[in-house]
Parts: sequence; structure tokens; C-alpha cells
Amino acid sequence: MFFLKKSFSRKVSLLFFSCFIFTFILPFISLSLLPSSPSLNVAIASESPAAGSVPSGEAGVPVEGKTKVKAEEGKKPAQGKVEGEEAKKSAYMAAPKLKVEDYPIVKGFNSRIAVWIVSQLHLFFGAFVLAVPIFVLVIEGIGLSTKDERYDHMAHEFIKVSMTAFSITASLGGLLAFMFVSFYPDFFKYMAGIFGKTMIIYAILFFGESFCLYIYYYGWDRMNEGFSKWVHLTMGLMLNVFGMTLMVLSNAWVSFMMAPSGIDDAGVFSGNIWAAIRGPLWNPINLHRFIANIAFGGSIVGAYAAYKFLSAKSDEEKAHYDWMGYTANFIAIFGFLPLPFAGYWLMKEMYSYSQQMGITAMGGAFAWLFIIQAVLIGALFLGANYYLWCGMGRIKGSERYTPAIKYLIVVIVVCFLVWFTPHTLIMTSKEVTQVGGTHHPVLGYLGVMSAKNTAVNILIVSTFLSFMLYRRSNKIATVSWAGVGNALQVALFTAGAINIVSLGVYGYYIPANIRIGLSIPQVMTTLTIIIVSSVLDGFMYKGAKSTGPIEWGKMAPRSQYALFLLAVSFTWLMGLMGYVRSALRQHWHVYTVLRDNSVDAYTPTLGYAAGIITITVYIFIALVMFAFWIANFSAKKHSEASH
Amino acid sequence: MKVFIRIVIFSVLISMAYWGFSNYGIPQIIPEPPPVEEQISGSMTVDQYIALGGKIFNGKGTCTLCHNPVGGRAPLLIESGKDGAPIGARAADRLKDPQYKGKAKTAEEYIHESMVEPSAFVIAGYGKPGTNDSESPMPNVSKGSIGLNEAEIGAVIAYLQKSAGVQVTVKLPTGPAPIAAAAPAEPQSAKTPEEAIAKHGCTTCHKIPGIEEAGDVGPDLTGLSKRAGKTVKGLIPEQYIMQSILTPDAYTVKGFEPGTMPADLGEKMTVKELDMIIKYLLEKKG
Repeated sequence: MFFLKKSFSRKVSLLFFSCFIFTFILPFISLSLLPSSPSLNVAIASESPAAGSVPSGEAGVPVEGKTKVKAEEGKKPAQGKVEGEEAKKSAYMAAPKLKVEDYPIVKGFNSRIAVWIVSQLHLFFGAFVLAVPIFVLVIEGIGLSTKDERYDHMAHEFIKVSMTAFSITASLGGLLAFMFVSFYPDFFKYMAGIFGKTMIIYAILFFGESFCLYIYYYGWDRMNEGFSKWVHLTMGLMLNVFGMTLMVLSNAWVSFMMAPSGIDDAGVFSGNIWAAIRGPLWNPINLHRFIANIAFGGSIVGAYAAYKFLSAKSDEEKAHYDWMGYTANFIAIFGFLPLPFAGYWLMKEMYSYSQQMGITAMGGAFAWLFIIQAVLIGALFLGANYYLWCGMGRIKGSERYTPAIKYLIVVIVVCFLVWFTPHTLIMTSKEVTQVGGTHHPVLGYLGVMSAKNTAVNILIVSTFLSFMLYRRSNKIATVSWAGVGNALQVALFTAGAINIVSLGVYGYYIPANIRIGLSIPQVMTTLTIIIVSSVLDGFMYKGAKSTGPIEWGKMAPRSQYALFLLAVSFTWLMGLMGYVRSALRQHWHVYTVLRDNSVDAYTPTLGYAAGIITITVYIFIALVMFAFWIANFSAKKHSEASH
Repeated sequence: MKVFIRIVIFSVLISMAYWGFSNYGIPQIIPEPPPVEEQISGSMTVDQYIALGGKIFNGKGTCTLCHNPVGGRAPLLIESGKDGAPIGARAADRLKDPQYKGKAKTAEEYIHESMVEPSAFVIAGYGKPGTNDSESPMPNVSKGSIGLNEAEIGAVIAYLQKSAGVQVTVKLPTGPAPIAAAAPAEPQSAKTPEEAIAKHGCTTCHKIPGIEEAGDVGPDLTGLSKRAGKTVKGLIPEQYIMQSILTPDAYTVKGFEPGTMPADLGEKMTVKELDMIIKYLLEKKG
């Protein structure tokens, strides 16, 4: 009689409701974007600039008025596709050839620095508010399925700290749009000429996101039981759907600026918005940002938990925030481990799109930037592992694994050192003479991709091993084949490490263009180790004997600083990588199409970029602290009222 | 409050550490300014035109990003390698290749076609992955981010032909220089060859007759005028020295490591300085 249960029928009806929303919203967006859509044709006509709007002598393509496009399409629906495309094409302007005087000067502002800082801050907050609802939904779901209210409370607290961040994100987005219009009007006009429709959809979706967010947050306590809990979860899901759609839409603008598509050599838009959106870098950036957002969001709420832990007055509070910090760190590492692989994909696609751009990134002016990146990622790995090792102290039974930590430290430090060894060294002429060249005779070999790929894969495997030891700390496997299982895992890690190192060494003996392909089997080896080991562990520790509970709250205060290290390093890393992604366009607003001829159209030194990134990180930290303070301010009021 | 202050100080210090490393732990390379259209006029000599081609080849054209002996991403152009003689010399043979389906009739046209229509003929092993060598990863140099004009392309072809030791068939451009859009101030040339040598730090690695400061990382240039014409077959002394400065890895003197001499001197040196240094080295018998 299960099928006739009332709750079941409600769940089914909710499912239908969700499906209805999805089937309504998604086709609406697709129909609006796809070129075959009749609504787009109207939009094309309405978005087309008037004949006189293109600066004379710059377009290179005859510009026709919107009436003609509309009339032709109306009169000749059966005409060939080519003719239709031509009509659409002629309705758009070529990328303008800008001069210095085309960039307005707003007294008291440096256009580039202002846009740089505001866009980066918008990205920081955007990443945070997109990430938090993802893991909040998952944690709430876990709470519902395990019927453990602690998960529900934690999820609620996570979303609470992100509430002010939503407003800040929106404010920064508005500020950024005004800055584009004020400082770079021609660039914005060109982009709006192509993406205007998606920009309006973006704003409308933001309403949807806000709607779901407010119901999700303010309805948390009211919609906490029975059917209403499922409605609440659906709201959380919808919040994420809106958030993700917003992200992929804005990614389309960014990826278009790096690798434009859907336009001709002069920058004239073909009229096919889908072609402009789906550029070669769109999906790699979507994936990279999605994963990075989770890691970043985890690290920021981890910092919040660490702050609360350090300020906690009672053991109960300490235990709660210790657990929250552990969960946040888990989320950050969960997102962080696959991030390099998404990065490889992005770089591979970048190379495929433009070998010139790829080489500029990795072997040209920005090569040293990746040494800074290596230092940051090294700090992240060390911080994350240190936190895990400290965490083992609160678990009875972990003594069995503590001897392994010293070996893990050695491996991680060695990998870190390999990763940040540069190819060429900074030396005086006297030192160059002594060394015999700019490459160190021994260390120079560690500066190439073969060594670096090997180091990062071993780093990931070692961090995963740390996590496995942590998870096993208070468990003793009771299955009969536990010995065999352990032996299999040792064999798996050993064979995997040998394979990764062998592939790295082999890379020295083959040409660079073939060598870059070796990163794929290395990554596959790492993934195999992680997946097979996790599955094996899952079966092996099913019904395992416990050596005692985890004593939450019994954590050294110094361990909490590792969580701050993670948060600051992630933020700085995001600022750095945001800079390089943008700077790779060099003196182009839209690469190869719309040239930047402003006075700032030069690539600054890395030291200068680091200065701007640091200032941006400080502003972000200040704003995040404000958001956290507001979250606690409200909590205090609630607490006072209840007393 | 104590905790709050501690956390703020900790976070500020971490950020400062990253800032410090970025400023003092790595070299502060000043990237090249955005490229501008070269000033090419009918009053140029062939040597100046060729030198300009070398400058574009090593700079604005970004050719050496891929066409270099280190990466193996693209065929070598100004030196011999596994793909045969330098491009200036092997271009004529490419036209006879049964796989060649392009429109070029002469070696010069072939090089031109390779630059503006790279997929017309892709050398085996250098195509985009998955295209079975039917598509080249090289961009059209007359468009996109490189955007060379015809006179600049001609200068590069002249440089490639000269580097290969074959006759330069490219005609010198006629007429006035095209007006460059908002070109930045031209770099100041050194006034004397000694000043040029000091400016580009040649004596850090080389011993040069007539100059006191000397290094031994690179070859001793004493007596270079005598051996320059005999070192690389087909290159006269001026060509050999120019090639050694602009594309140092084209030929490495026995006993020295390739990749040691900076490859970007062509971007940093003015044509006048290059001329002065070549003449100085040829005149100083040492």
C-alpha cells in the first residue's frame, strides 16, 4: 500500500511541480537564445543599431536599418538560409577601431584599476553566493535522509552567513555595469549589441534567484517538516538552478572576450546568439568556475567557523564550530582536488583555440605568474593537510596512523618545492657566469611541465591519503578480507605513484607538443587511485568497529589558523587567476577583434598586479567580516528576544 | 576582540607575504608594449628591410613562440633541423611535394601563403590534433592578434630568405610609410657601438675586443671577423653575426649550451644599434 501513502503522493506531486518549472524555464531560455526562435528574430531586429549608429569608415560592412531586416524576413520566409544569415549579419556593426579619445576620463578614477577591483570583488562574492547554496542543499538533504538535525542547523547557519553577501554581490554587479558604461562605453555597446538579450535575461533570472533565496532562507523554520520540507528543498534546488544559469550566462560574455565566436574577422555578429555563447572556452570556464566556487565557498565558511570556534565560550559551542569547520574544510578540499584537472582542460582548449595565447600563458610573459600560483597552491595543500593532521588528535585510535604523517610531510614538501622551482633563475651576471647559464644544471630540469605535472599529481594523491587516514582513525575494519583490501590499496597507491613518476620522466625524452598529452594519463592515474580506493574503503569499513567517538571541540586553536590560511590563500589565488585569464587578452578588449587603444592598454608587471590583487583581497576580507558581523548581529537579537 | 585582531593581523600578513613574493621573489619583467604598425618606406635599404623582418619575426609576429628549437611545436624556419634546410631554402622543394595543393608558384609565394593561409599545406606532424594534418594550428598572420600588413609580411619573407642564404626576391616597398595609429615614442638608440654593447649587456657573457669588461659564459668574440664567414655554410660574416644576435640558437658554437643567450634581443635592439654592433665586431680584428 506504499504507493497510496499520502506523503508519497505529495512527493510525486512535488516532483511534477519541479519538472514543470524546469520544463517551463529551460525551454523559455533556450527558445529565447536559439537562432531559430521566432522571438529572437524580433529581438535581432529590435537590437539592431540604426544605420547611422556605426561610425563612418569604421564598420567596413554596409549597415542596414532594422526595418529592412524585419521586412525581408517577413516577405521572404522561404528564402535560403544563406540569404537570411546575410540579412542578419548586415544588421550588426563591426568592432569599432577605438582611439585614445574614445575612452572617457572620469576625474578621480583610473578606469582600469577601478574596473579591475570591482569586477574581481564581484567575482569573489558571486563565487561565494553561488557555492554556498550548493552545499547547503546537499547538507540539508543529508540531514533529511539521516534525520540528524545537526546537519539542518549547520546548513541554516551556512546560508545565514551568505545572506548579506547576496546583496553585496548585486550591488557590486550594478556598480560594475555602470563603470563599463562610464569608462568603456564603446566596448560595452559592442558587447550589448551581441549579448544584449542575454543581459536582460540575466537580470530577470536574478529576480528568480532572489525570490527563491528569500523563501529558502526565511522559510527555513516554517517549512521544516513533512511536505513543506520537500517544498523547501525544491526552493533550494531552484535557487541553485537560477544561480547556475546566471553563472553560465555571464561566463559566455567572458569566454567571448577571450575566444570570440559567432562573428566574422571584422567582429560583425552573425546573428546566431548560440554560436556567440558557445565559444571554445565556454564549457571549460563553466566547469572550472563551478568547481572553484565550491572550493572557495567552503574555505570562506571554514574561516567563519574558525572565528566562531576561537571566540566560543562553551564546550558545546566549540564542538559545533569545530564540526562546522571540519565540514567546510572537507567541502573546500572536495572542490580543490579536481580543480587542477579542470584547469588542464581549460588550458588545453586555450591551446587548441590559439596556440599563441596558450604559449603566452605558460611560456611567455605570464610564465612567472604560475610560480606564484605554485606557491599559493602549495600553501593550500600544506594548510589543508595540516588541519587534517591536527584533527586526528581529537580521534581516539588515530595514534596508529600518526607515524605516517612525517613521511607525508616530506612528500608534500618535496612536491611543493618541485612545483615552484622556476625554469630560469634570477641571477646577477656574476652568478650567471658561475652557474654557466640562466638554467641551473640540476634544478633547471625541475622547471619544466613534466616535473610540475608529476609533483601536482603526487600532491593530490598524498592529500587524499591524508584524508583516508583521517577517516579511518577511529575505525577498525571487521570484514574478513580487510588484510587483502589493505594490501590492494597499498599496491594501488604504489603502482599509481610509480606510473605518475615514470610518465613524468618519460616526458623529458619526447617533444613538447607530445609531452603535454602525458598529463592526461597522469591525471587518469590519480583519479583511478582516488575512486578505486574510496570504493574499496567504503566496502571495507562497512559495519566497522569504532575505537571511540570524535571528540568535537578538542582541537588545538592553532589548527584554526590553517582554515584562515586556506581562506586568504584561496581568495588571493582567485584574484591572481582572474588577473591572468583577463590579461591573456593583452591589448584586446575582445581578443583579435576589438583592440584596446586606451592609455592603459599595456600589460603591467606581476608585482604591480600583485599590489592590486592584495588591495582587492583586503577589501573583500573587510566586506566579508561585515557580512559575518551582520549574521551574528541578527543571531544576538534572536537570542536576546528568546531569553 | 582579541581573537578578531589576531585574525586580521594573520590574514593581512599572509596577503603581504604573497605580495612580497610576487614583487621580490620573481623577476619583474616589463612586458612588451602593444605592437604598432612598423614604419616602412621606400627609402629603406635591403639590409634595413631584412633587419626589420628579423625584428618582426622575433617580436610583433610572435613567430618564435612556436618556431623554435625548444618546443618542437612548429617546423624550424631560420635554421636547419629535422624538416630540412631553413624555410628560405626548402620552400622551392615544398612546391614539388605531391601533397601540396596550394596556389603558390614560387618559393616567395609559398612562404607568403604559409603565413596568410597556413592550412593550405600542413607539414606532417604539425597539424592540429585530430585533423590528420589537414588543419594548421598557426593563425593567419595578416589578421587577428598579429595583424601584419603586406609590407611587414614582405620584410619577414626577406629575413627568412636572407637567413637561409638564398637570394632575397621580395621587392622593397615603395611610397611613404603608412601612418601608424598612436605609435609610442621610438626607443632611443645608443650613440656608439660601445654604448650599444653596454646597453644590451653583451660583455656579461662575451669577451669583446676593445672592451675591458668580459664574461666567459658565451664564446670569446676576439677574431670573430676572421671566422664569421666560415662558420655557417652560405652565410656571409654580416649575416652570421646578425643571425647570432637575432636568433642565437640557430647555430651554437661548439662547447656552449644552446638557450643561454637571450632570444629577444631582436625586440630590444634598434636597427641602428644592430648595424653598429655588427660593424664594430667586423672591424675589430682583436
